[in-house]
Amino acid sequence: MTIVANKPEPIIFELGSKGREGAALPDCDVPTTKLPNHLIRDELNLPEVAEVDVVRHFTRLSQKNYCVDLGIYPLGSCTMKYNPKINEVAVNIPGFARIHPYQNHDTAQGALQMLYELQKMLGEISGLPGVTLQPAAGAQGELTGVLVIRAYHLARGDTKRKKVLVPDSAHGTNPATSSMSGYTVVPVKSDARGNIDLAELKKIADKETVCLMLTNPNTLGLFEENVQEACKVIHDVGALVYGDGANLNAIVGIARPGDLGFDVMHTNLHKTFSVPHGGGGPGAGPVMVRKDLAQFLPGPIAVKRGNKYAMEMPKKTIGRVKSFFGNFLALVRAYTYIRSYGKEHLREIAENAVINANYLLARLKGTYYAPFANRACKHEFVLDGTPFKTKYGVNTLDIAKRIQDYGFYPPTIYFPLIVPECLMIEPTETQSKESLDEFADALLKIAQEAETDAQLLHDAPHDAPVTRLDEVRAAREPVLCYRD
Amino acid sequence: MTHRFIPNTDADRAAMLKTIGVASVQDLFRDVPASAQLTKINLPRALSEMELLNELNAMATRNANLNEHACFLGAGAYNHFVPATVPHLIFRSEFYTAYTPYQAEISQGTLQTIFEYQSLICNLTGMDAANASHYDGATATAEAAILAVNAVPGRDKIIVAPTLHPEYRATLRTYLEGQDVKIVGDEDLKLPLDAILKKHLDDKTAGVIVQNPDFLGAYHDLKSTADRVHAAGALFIVNAYPISLGLFRAPGEYGADVVVGEGQSLGNAIAFGGPYLGIFATKEKYIRRMAGRLVGQTVDTTGRRGFTLTLQAREQHIRREKATSNICTNQALNALAACVYLSTLGKSGFKQVAELCYHKAHYAAKKINALPGYRVDLKKEFFNEFVVECPAPVSKINAALESRKIIGGYDLSRDYPHMKNAMLVAVTEMNAKEQIDQLVKTLAEATSSKRKAKSRK
Repeated sequence: MTIVANKPEPIIFELGSKGREGAALPDCDVPTTKLPNHLIRDELNLPEVAEVDVVRHFTRLSQKNYCVDLGIYPLGSCTMKYNPKINEVAVNIPGFARIHPYQNHDTAQGALQMLYELQKMLGEISGLPGVTLQPAAGAQGELTGVLVIRAYHLARGDTKRKKVLVPDSAHGTNPATSSMSGYTVVPVKSDARGNIDLAELKKIADKETVCLMLTNPNTLGLFEENVQEACKVIHDVGALVYGDGANLNAIVGIARPGDLGFDVMHTNLHKTFSVPHGGGGPGAGPVMVRKDLAQFLPGPIAVKRGNKYAMEMPKKTIGRVKSFFGNFLALVRAYTYIRSYGKEHLREIAENAVINANYLLARLKGTYYAPFANRACKHEFVLDGTPFKTKYGVNTLDIAKRIQDYGFYPPTIYFPLIVPECLMIEPTETQSKESLDEFADALLKIAQEAETDAQLLHDAPHDAPVTRLDEVRAAREPVLCYRD
Repeated sequence: MTHRFIPNTDADRAAMLKTIGVASVQDLFRDVPASAQLTKINLPRALSEMELLNELNAMATRNANLNEHACFLGAGAYNHFVPATVPHLIFRSEFYTAYTPYQAEISQGTLQTIFEYQSLICNLTGMDAANASHYDGATATAEAAILAVNAVPGRDKIIVAPTLHPEYRATLRTYLEGQDVKIVGDEDLKLPLDAILKKHLDDKTAGVIVQNPDFLGAYHDLKSTADRVHAAGALFIVNAYPISLGLFRAPGEYGADVVVGEGQSLGNAIAFGGPYLGIFATKEKYIRRMAGRLVGQTVDTTGRRGFTLTLQAREQHIRREKATSNICTNQALNALAACVYLSTLGKSGFKQVAELCYHKAHYAAKKINALPGYRVDLKKEFFNEFVVECPAPVSKINAALESRKIIGGYDLSRDYPHMKNAMLVAVTEMNAKEQIDQLVKTLAEATSSKRKAKSRK
């Protein structure tokens, strides 16, 4: 029997037939007006398919996807945790899904209250009480944060600062954000223990430094052992510390970035706070800041005046970073999630995420080279596939593709850039011990296969809907749009 | 008891800690400074699913929702019909619990739907390539300005029409805050486009951004504007309302180089403003300057058609500080909603939605214009949104509408101080004739008592 998922699925334009319709709309119930014919289009090339064609087409396509609801999705720094179903019930309540952003806010008090309370909760969790829910994603949170820092310096008449310090282990969004903000990026090396190199940081930090962008735990999955000293070095030169909150899942409820010395941070609600990743989005990236920086935040922000909630722009706001009020339904999900855990259980997220990661590391480190296995990792860890490459000619890409054959999503690969042949593994707290064991067993088996049958890995995946794709051709002769 | 979303039990954890070789979970957090470790956190108590649902419903009840109210409010967020196929398909686990399709072989579902979305957007806009989307219409517009500045070297000016959505203009300014780019054109909100171009268009202009239909609802024939912008060597960026493209010419036909827009109206919930969908499409020559994810068609090692993320050398994870943008997201689930929406409505249905909007809006405009004290400029071309000059402040009229479960139009005096008592009214296929008639009746009532009072004086 051919598995349906592995049968090629035509493109939507190749389905259906001329005149076929997927929806029936009511007849026009008002007198019609003459159309301005000189402005009207002659041609509209859209599919002609029936409802059943649509449902089967997209259902078949869905079966060509791996997803969190099928099993472990251990993409490092992505926090692919289970997405609780209550979240999806919440966002379908008409009082959230069917309200207009500009309707009189006296008729949207429930929505505003939720935004207000979520702001308070994120302020408490981060230890940074100024909160904007506007940013639509982590990268947009970064842009927001750096522009807030820029506004802070300029408001003090400090116009000479041009350098943003970014560790070499950082996400690509950090340097990209810095240049979007008009700044020069200065990379900072990591030391042998995987921390930011404090000696080098001291050398680089000066009166031209805008901020340090630090991810903690960093992308090696390690808690920055010198975080407080690093923050002090930066503060001593009058600069601020930006926290990339991509890895907040490791310390949520355990420690607060604000207490560690961070001045500004974003959090990815689609990571730590269970908003589903949606195939790449939508997410949300609220930004939290020190109290004195709140006046610069982009708005509007939910405020409480007496018994009434309202949306207001902070006094010296950097402006808007998007339209309306942030990714509202993502915010509803995060609110729902935090209320599910409450003060009693929040720290269990980090505790279990860290136990799960260390357990996987313990099971794998004898077989795979784990460059920082002398330390406890946090929510994720890195492996270096170089020994497989030198000994058997098998690279990390081959290993990742072979993982697919065992029915799992591969980890993040070739990132962070400072670890060659990197596999970056983040199991999250929502994996059971037995699911971690299955995953570890598969990786151990693959290590054996690398030795005995390297070709099996080179040709992987064997059971996926397609084999490896010709990416060179895709980039050299781009076909980005269907043409018949 | 551990929280219900965490599967492991105390016994599981004990076995795992033993394998790890530590005595307790605290041992795994020794590197976190003791002084910074929390002993308690000030949050509300945990709720069971049942309690939580009750609370969420109680909150939601305090919001007037569009299932129970007639909506004539648009201004960038529109109340359109969403066919049942859309929620059914986008809430499939395989789509909404997957991530960016890094591993193409087991992400073909997401990849092909994005490719189809890109193709549908190209057809609607008349462009050669569309990306896998931005956060919303505002940020897509800002990224288009950045593309223009990068594509036309040595130029540092962006001209925006004052009738570009006020929040898009604000977002554009924030995005370009740190770069040496001048944004001009909206310093005088009353100036028409021709006069703005006469004043600003020169050899320093990288791009001109126009919304069509504009924020005030007016539809413009922009062919000659496009020619003028091109003659000056600048890029012509059009922000379009996608539903209007079911009826009106594709911006590519009248000379747009980049087409952006808010894609919410294509099957996405109105949801208090987000998450929405930033449409971004351009001509072939600018593809490598685009921001965001792109999906391309290729073949696998056996020759089968397949799809993959492509042209990634533009992106932050490869190019870092030299990337075209810092964007990492694509609004894949919102793009999927648009894809299912356009497929379900199809060639005839999508056109029909646009026609219904057009006819109903024109019916409403004529009726309102016939009311004493109200005026609509019926000579202006428009799609489904128009300005009503009212005999009283919009907030007062909207309060009267609210008591009849009608959500009235947008108060334009918020952003255009010279437009006192001006209401921006949007009509869609969701407004049955009875709703429109009720709106007209209530508008008449809302001000008739006032006029009577006035005439008595």
